Amino acid sequence: MEYFIQQLLNGLTLGSIYGLVAIGYTMVYGIIGMINFAHGDIFMLGGFAALIVFLILTSFIAGIPVALALLIMMVVAMLVTSLWNWTIERVAYRPLRGSFRLAPLITAIGMSIVLSNFIQVTQGPRNKPIPPLVNDVFHFGDVTVSLKQMVIVVVTAVLLTIFWYIVNKTPLGRAQRATEQDRKMAALLGVDVDRTISITFIMGASLAAVAGTMYLMYYGVASFADGFIPGVKAFTAAVLGGIGSLPGAVLGGLLIGLIESLWSAYFSIAYKDVATFAILAFVLIFKPTGILGRPEVEKV
Amino acid sequence: MTSGNTTMTRDTILKVEHLSMRFGGLMAINDLSLEARRGEITALIGPNGAGKTTVFNCITGFYKPTMGMITMNRRNGEQHLLERLSDFEITKKAKVARTFQNIRLFSGLTVLENLLVAQHNKLMKASGYTVMGLLGIGSYKREAEGSIELARQWLEKADLIDRADDPAGDLPYGAQRRLEIARAMCTGPELLCLDEPAAGLNPKESLALNTLLNSIRDETGTSILLIEHDMSVVMEISDHVVVLEYGQKISDGTPDHVKNDPKVIAAYLGVDDDELEEVMHEELDGGSL
Repeated sequence: MEYFIQQLLNGLTLGSIYGLVAIGYTMVYGIIGMINFAHGDIFMLGGFAALIVFLILTSFIAGIPVALALLIMMVVAMLVTSLWNWTIERVAYRPLRGSFRLAPLITAIGMSIVLSNFIQVTQGPRNKPIPPLVNDVFHFGDVTVSLKQMVIVVVTAVLLTIFWYIVNKTPLGRAQRATEQDRKMAALLGVDVDRTISITFIMGASLAAVAGTMYLMYYGVASFADGFIPGVKAFTAAVLGGIGSLPGAVLGGLLIGLIESLWSAYFSIAYKDVATFAILAFVLIFKPTGILGRPEVEKV
Repeated sequence: MTSGNTTMTRDTILKVEHLSMRFGGLMAINDLSLEARRGEITALIGPNGAGKTTVFNCITGFYKPTMGMITMNRRNGEQHLLERLSDFEITKKAKVARTFQNIRLFSGLTVLENLLVAQHNKLMKASGYTVMGLLGIGSYKREAEGSIELARQWLEKADLIDRADDPAGDLPYGAQRRLEIARAMCTGPELLCLDEPAAGLNPKESLALNTLLNSIRDETGTSILLIEHDMSVVMEISDHVVVLEYGQKISDGTPDHVKNDPKVIAAYLGVDDDELEEVMHEELDGGSL
């Protein structure tokens, strides 16, 4: 039983990270109907930015408090990824917006390759380790909860609350939802659609940067290839929850995290990715709209 | 009532000059000039395919005209050339709003939210592009309350106040039409362009629409340009009617003038010239078009 709870906690932590990344996929899909395949690499880039900031901070300021260092890492990573995602949208996606459906998709895959190769060339192909940042652990009976797990879950919860508030209660969120439903009409009512879409990319990138920083803190390594497998898993999470739905992305992320850690715990760890992607296949076959997704209604 | 005066007077709110729109080999609008006067309801009528909606699409930035000039003369004296503005600037700067032939509400948003999206620009500015609004500083709160108040006023006028928190897609057809007009009014337009607002309405709803449009003109001073097939609406509420056929203007004047114009009758009934006189007599005796 303790073992099960332990795995549940591990799954929850991992799921939070997937959920944060999945939101970026789902929001972009919601607003312009394309899958931003470069989003996984934006997540990886966030991890690298955090790593570089960490190295700079620790070499210049000895004994900087860990909480402060993490905060600075996160903020800088958010700025870097936002800038990248904004630029990608501006130069690679926006000119193709009126084009056929596959064009932005192919471009997104191209952007993903550009990003991961850029990091591979500039940062080297090997895993970059950092010393463990947060080491405290708490024991509840036989269950061990590390402080870094708590940080991840709490930061995710706080960010999701802010995010939910922005989307549901602010003029910006209203404009995003309106743009999602009818872009042309939103423009006619005075909403600057291009800017709204840019902000959506920036918001998705910020969350991915936070996820990247957390991932770095949790596992202690960053690699140029991190954008791919975790990125595709986050995408699976978005599809599982129902692509286009924000609560769906979070739910999907948590489910994927749980499935992965429980599968590794009770079955073969070598097959955990197979389990995850088998789920993607099953969802696409039996419930293409996902758990919380709405069926696509044909416009009259 | 054509005026030979080409200079823009204060009473002219919209002036379309030598507008042409070509789609490949099709000349949808051919050298069209028309004016809409401030504080009046101007109706644009004509047989199917005459180019009425195309004119609207040029005015509201959906199409870039092949040729011609569209000038919006705002109350504060600013003049905007609409063919040079992008779609959201036409609402934001030139204060022109429009509705569509087929309803285009944000059906997943609530009725109230639909009206708040229309006030996006001032709310966005007041919330300091979201950052200050999140922190609760600045004038956001006051502005947000003002916007809700304005939205409520329009909901009252459109008789939709009871449905404020329902998804817009759940409203009956006639109510959705009124909501579209209310939403357009929430952008604070000086010119409201309505594309067949009475299409698909029953006589009772159509009457409610007339009342709403009259109250918009009389209470807010907003000028209205409308496309309409329902002659009971056109003749009842318009101050000025422009008739199009094959992308050209064939008549322009008061409803009475237009109703009795032989060219208009010919366009609608498609009669030969020698039969025209006969038909004209019938029309004059019968009254309605």
